[in-house]
Amino acid sequence: MRPLFIANARLLDPATRLDATGGVLVERAAPRGPDDPGGHILAIGPGATAPADAEVFDAAGLAVLPGLVDLRVVTGEPGAEHKETFKSAGRAAAAGGVTTLVVMPNTQPVIDDVSLVDLVMRRATARGHVRILPAAALTKGLAGTAMSEIGLLAEAGAVLFSNGDAPITDSRLLRRALAYASTFDALVAHRPEDPWLAAGGCMNEGEFAGRLGLPGIPAAAESIMVERDLTLAELTRGRLLLDMLSAARSLEPLARAKARGVRAHASVSVHHLTLNELEIGDYRTFAKLAPPLRSEEDRRALVEAVASGLIDVVVSGHDPRPAEDKRLPFDEAAFGAAALETLLPGVLSLAHSGEAELLDMLAAVTVRPADLLGLPQGRLAIGAPADIAIVDLGAPFRFDVAALRSKSRNSPFDGKLLQGRVVRTLVGGETAFETA
Amino acid sequence: MAKAARPPNSAAATGPIRLRSRHLLSIADLDRLEAEALLDRAETFVPFVEARMKKSDTLRGRTLINLFFENSTRTQSSFELAGKRMSADVVNMSVKSSSVSKGETLIDTAATLNAMNPDILVIRHASSGAAQLLARKVDCAVINAGDGSHEHPTQALLDALAIRRRLGGVEGVTVAICGDILHSRVARSNVILLSMLGARVRLVGPPTLLPAGVDRWGVEVFTDMREGLTGCDVVMMLRLQLERMQGAFTPSPREYFWFYGLDAEKLAHAKPGALVMHPGPMNRGVEIDSSVADDPAVSLIETQVGMGVALRMAVLESLAAREPGNS
Repeated sequence: MRPLFIANARLLDPATRLDATGGVLVERAAPRGPDDPGGHILAIGPGATAPADAEVFDAAGLAVLPGLVDLRVVTGEPGAEHKETFKSAGRAAAAGGVTTLVVMPNTQPVIDDVSLVDLVMRRATARGHVRILPAAALTKGLAGTAMSEIGLLAEAGAVLFSNGDAPITDSRLLRRALAYASTFDALVAHRPEDPWLAAGGCMNEGEFAGRLGLPGIPAAAESIMVERDLTLAELTRGRLLLDMLSAARSLEPLARAKARGVRAHASVSVHHLTLNELEIGDYRTFAKLAPPLRSEEDRRALVEAVASGLIDVVVSGHDPRPAEDKRLPFDEAAFGAAALETLLPGVLSLAHSGEAELLDMLAAVTVRPADLLGLPQGRLAIGAPADIAIVDLGAPFRFDVAALRSKSRNSPFDGKLLQGRVVRTLVGGETAFETA
Repeated sequence: MAKAARPPNSAAATGPIRLRSRHLLSIADLDRLEAEALLDRAETFVPFVEARMKKSDTLRGRTLINLFFENSTRTQSSFELAGKRMSADVVNMSVKSSSVSKGETLIDTAATLNAMNPDILVIRHASSGAAQLLARKVDCAVINAGDGSHEHPTQALLDALAIRRRLGGVEGVTVAICGDILHSRVARSNVILLSMLGARVRLVGPPTLLPAGVDRWGVEVFTDMREGLTGCDVVMMLRLQLERMQGAFTPSPREYFWFYGLDAEKLAHAKPGALVMHPGPMNRGVEIDSSVADDPAVSLIETQVGMGVALRMAVLESLAAREPGNS
């Protein structure tokens, strides 16, 4: 197939901090499997020119960025396909400029066996529009009592190990899992939350929850676990990813640990970077998330931490819930929201508002998550897979959940004005999404 | 502001009170003028409910549905009586006999009831925000008769009415609300209403039963009951569920009573002649001693119940008057 030349674009590459007008030449070959990069980037830069045989896409006024790499996506496949499938999640991802996503193991059955990792990879390649990589369960059945076959699962293709939303309370088990996983240099993602302090809670503990009469989840439920997890990471030399931080008070221990050389990393969801607990307003269940949206002070501290690199990665935290799980009284409603299509507009909003630098925010959704997993994508570099998002950075729109491509349509961004629309998404140089 | 454009409710309260809000979900739906007008109007119903002939046809042909997902004797019967005395058709639905226990959601129930075209829905539910959710899904007026730990606005209004009738007003009165503030919808509604009406509100309870961030509610907070009661005009006790006393929030019922139960000795720290209130049902000997609860010189507890019907008549009448189909 003829190569594609994207001309006159604003090239944004967080890996090299490139921000210049120029072109990108890509080879076009859809990836045939999880290990197949597909087409590569052949040339890039202000001086890149189109060979005679290339198809030219004029991207004047548009930005070209590496396709987003999202480390935390929950689908319903296998087991709860009414929520979301690889196909619907892939379609949503492509429309949101996300070209690589990691699916969580908290499905039915739990992805804790080599054959299930294989199943996810085969199905995802056949049905997704983008690269879908499996995370495997850190403990068997996510029960938090026995570690899974971390080495075999890694060999089968699991890119990280997570216990989903179930924190591991047995510190000895987490210690051993971290230590054991370090043999394979496997990344262990753990969502830090003390289940007793969080028990029964459905939003951030504080004045607002008190007024609404809703049981709260204190920030301490997170920071206590953060301290423990960091201590265990230091003890074991394991690679730890603190999965979706929400509280400012978690950041200080993280900074201390990083300064001491602990192999610890952290992620935050786009919702926690851009919204606070007040979104709950009059008991809006779309804003019921796990971890809970916290205070404005927490949100600002998280933005600062992403900009400084203390928090390595921004994830969508995509966890769509069917309408019947959200149309309930607040305390009975499910946690979670669809987010693949709002990850990019969300991080862009922080650049538009002047809260953070564009390249800093983009780094957290491209090169940094790719580097955590050792993936070659997430950058605009010759020889890298041609995973690219072509974006109208400033395009304003009123976000309406009815337009979501996910099977379940709920988002705390519903009704908000957002900026930044994906015009075209390439995976291995092949078009995975294109505006009509 | 819209407030200024609205014709003022007359002080004499000779007719239904005009309310801005279509529903009564929270005390925050009312402003001070509206709340005072409702109390004035309720006053005019007090002789009526005390008379032998207790029937008007204000709500004739209108339908009131009591939708109670939690057991309640006094609130449900109070709404029922208020409706019946104004000749409304009153339907009581309680959760045990409804299809909610068969997996039907609150919203399904709302849709079903809505199809029956009621004028007013009164809801009690164990979840905070349930009344708000229902109000978004139905076409009629909704009254919150208690949603989880959130609010119970008519209880606060009748409490204010009881205080007013005994003390002549609420302005400047010091009220100590004592006990399980954390789980109490009565406390939340009363904090908003009594503060709005110019009372000085104190909250008294053990730290485990005070909500996080209560220091920003604009009230005084005490963990020592004697200190909290010092100089009070009114002591409002709250119910503490027995299971919350047995180790989860406080060590034992007897320890709770020792430190936070209202007896004559603790009451003596309040102003001489201070009044005692309780939204009911009472745990005698746990949060309140019978000698205090049953002393007519200090106890407003029966007055509270008596005010309930008159107050709810005023609320029903006002919300019904806003609904289409009524001139």
